[in-house]
Amino acid sequence: MSDGLLGYLLDPANWQGGGVRASIPALVLTHLWYTVQALVVAAVIALPLGLFIGHTGKGSFIAINAANAGRSLPTLGLIILLVVVMGLGFGPVLIALVVLAIPPILTTTYAGIRAVDPAAVDAARGMGMRPLQVLFKVEVPIALPLISSGLRNALLQVVATSTVAAYVGIGGLGRLLIDGLSLNDYGRVVAGAVVVAGLAIVLDLLAAGTQRIVVSPGLTGRIPARRLRRTAPAPADVAASTPSTAPASPSGRDRASS
Amino acid sequence: MIQYLQNNVAVIQAALSQHVFLALVPVLIGIVVSLPVGYLAVRFGFLYHPLLNLSGILYAVPSIALIVLVPTIVGIRILSPLNIIIALTVYTVALLVRVVADGLKSVDPLVTEAASAMGYRRLRRLVSVELPIALPVMLAGLRVATVANVSLVSVGALIGVGGLGALFTRGQQLDYAPPIVVGIVLSVLLAAVCDGIIVLVQRRVTPWTRAAERIAA
Repeated sequence: MSDGLLGYLLDPANWQGGGVRASIPALVLTHLWYTVQALVVAAVIALPLGLFIGHTGKGSFIAINAANAGRSLPTLGLIILLVVVMGLGFGPVLIALVVLAIPPILTTTYAGIRAVDPAAVDAARGMGMRPLQVLFKVEVPIALPLISSGLRNALLQVVATSTVAAYVGIGGLGRLLIDGLSLNDYGRVVAGAVVVAGLAIVLDLLAAGTQRIVVSPGLTGRIPARRLRRTAPAPADVAASTPSTAPASPSGRDRASS
Repeated sequence: MIQYLQNNVAVIQAALSQHVFLALVPVLIGIVVSLPVGYLAVRFGFLYHPLLNLSGILYAVPSIALIVLVPTIVGIRILSPLNIIIALTVYTVALLVRVVADGLKSVDPLVTEAASAMGYRRLRRLVSVELPIALPVMLAGLRVATVANVSLVSVGALIGVGGLGALFTRGQQLDYAPPIVVGIVLSVLLAAVCDGIIVLVQRRVTPWTRAAERIAA
């Protein structure tokens, strides 16, 4: 890579506010703000729906096919269509981001709840738990590895799609890419690409770290051997609970697009 | 809408055939590359985590960033169709390496030991025992990669080479919905057709998975 290509990225002026152009940190913040909004709205819709479908088994064909349908939707086309129909602005873009973020969350939440060992659910009922207690104290914690991998996929999807959405005029890091392309300023394009790639990787690693923290050690088998013996006297229980985490791997990293 | 279709058959056909080419070439290259890499990850255990972490990181990079970074790394023109092909190949490989490795790992050690005991050498055991057993997992991953590729190609329209994505940018410039709708519908249909073909191939080459379903049912 020549100096010229990295020039924009390494120019301190582009990292400070106050100029005519938005600084790179400001663009990162805008990008994060879009991402948070879209992810929160999508999670508020998809998590309860996935829990409901997984818990009751009603409408499971929706949850199963959502991922495939979502994956095959061309993101750029969806954004442009919504903008042409609804007009410019963040509204149509937010709708597109939410529509693309729902399928991964919905499908993994559903799959996670379905994969819970029925024996664990029966045991919880036998202990006198109410349906909601069974859901939130047994099913959700066991399904958490899959649910959080769905949230991670949705996060990557939203970061990538909001970059593309700069084409229809919203802010964020996509601005560097799109403006750079139309100005033939490849230094700016490279700066945008490097920063957005770095942002996506950092967010994904942070999400992976959070996943490790929130998932119960009983599922991941990360309990030190000595504590394990003290807290879980019956090794058979631990062995029985591990297979339920197995489905996490195949569908764990199937990000849709962008 | 009908009128738009009638007046632009040639444009739509050209966009569609470019789309098919840009989406499927990376899938083919991806298969060829990820099979040996996935095998190496399983064969040499110390490679497993580095290779899978690397593919996880590559997978996290947004497509448009990869598409515009490829030319600066490889040294080709930024507006070349090769960028799309290389970027999508990277995604396909990143996804399939994990799938191939997980598929091969899922083979029961008892089965490979039995094959060895029957006199299968390593290569023949891999081709005629381990790969067939891993096929359902690998084909499931291939379906994901193919469908994702078909929908990702249109992002290339931002650098002027996007197959059906060209219909999206045209619709945006004209503020006119029909080309966009046509593009989305064709892209989704194409993804469904490719997915369906892989499912048919899967039924054909792994008949035993259906036999197991019948017994279970």
